[in-house]
Amino acid sequence: MILPHALFFALACFALAFVLNLIRLLTAPTVTDRILTLDTMTVNAIALVVLYGIWAGTGLYLEAAVLLALTGFVGTVAYAKFLLRGSIIE
Amino acid sequence: MMLVVEWGIAAVLVGGGLFALIGSYGLLRLPQAMQRLHAPTKATTIGVGAALLASSLGDLPGGGAFSAQEWLVAAFLLLTAPISALFLAKTLILRGEAGDTLPDTRTGRPWATLEQSPPEPSPEPPIPDHPVK
Amino acid sequence: MRRLFPHPALSLALVVLWFLLVQRWTLGNLVLAGVLATILPLLTSAWWPERPRMKRPFDFAAYVLIVLWDIVVANFQVARIVLFMPRDQIRSAWVTVPLDLRSLEAITLLAGTITMTPGTLTADMSACGRALLVHALHAPDPDAVRDEIKARYETRLKRIFE
Repeated sequence: MILPHALFFALACFALAFVLNLIRLLTAPTVTDRILTLDTMTVNAIALVVLYGIWAGTGLYLEAAVLLALTGFVGTVAYAKFLLRGSIIE
Repeated sequence: MMLVVEWGIAAVLVGGGLFALIGSYGLLRLPQAMQRLHAPTKATTIGVGAALLASSLGDLPGGGAFSAQEWLVAAFLLLTAPISALFLAKTLILRGEAGDTLPDTRTGRPWATLEQSPPEPSPEPPIPDHPVK
Repeated sequence: MRRLFPHPALSLALVVLWFLLVQRWTLGNLVLAGVLATILPLLTSAWWPERPRMKRPFDFAAYVLIVLWDIVVANFQVARIVLFMPRDQIRSAWVTVPLDLRSLEAITLLAGTITMTPGTLTADMSACGRALLVHALHAPDPDAVRDEIKARYETRLKRIFE
């Protein structure tokens, strides 16, 4: 019966990481740092969604995790590409 | 046996959570921009990997089925994390936020990001030779 | 066959990917996966001019296991540096890694491996593709980092792909 406690601990850790990311987003010195923070936030959000899925006992949340993983990556690359080349689609 | 599996999953969950926390803390703590790139790419990726592993095996102690979709997400994150990191590193280099001067390439040509930075891009794309058949 | 399926491995991967996504083992899904596995490689074949050749698949499996293990080890190292090392003692360094690899797929794999493993991160490539720019989080001896990358990963990839 250790599993619910471990799950709660992990959820708390990821939530705290998310809060740290929010603080970073507000205090980041440069645009690149903000993109990096947003990328980290997406990954943390995926973990939160997946863990909540275990908590709720359904596999439905995994679909959301897949979508977040896909859009998060494309978003990061698009931001970086915009800073690199001044346009996203060449 | 099931008790062992349960404790294993619990350990994975706790470790993953701690790693994700360390990754986000590193983002706040490390002083240089390039150093900050290290913490999230590694620590956060393994944190999520642990969460996905736990989700994949989490139903086993209750007699549930093994689920495969998590492995898809984990593989995707593992494949894309280096690409995001590379793009962000190139952005840092181009914007001059990467800190001290870069070392020489020792190949006679500059680093790809800096060669592209003049207004007109080079006529030939910087792609290495294909292996000879 | 060769024109219809320019990349058989990619087609097979797409079928597996589709079934992992939908998780329903029906004939209709198999047909749909077959259609996707035919169309997508054809549409994207312009970006894959050559079929990557893998000479030793078992060596590649071993390589994947080594890298996964190194990722776990890497995380403990990075965690220790982030948590306990005083900020002014972190000695970051740029490392130039000259490449012996020539195949694009192998270089991509090497760059990804460097990013995911101990305290190193691929930052850029030289314009001619003969050297990688690697950033090390804490490297008192940058040359040792370069030698380890070349010995541990590049020689293995060279054996697998070239």
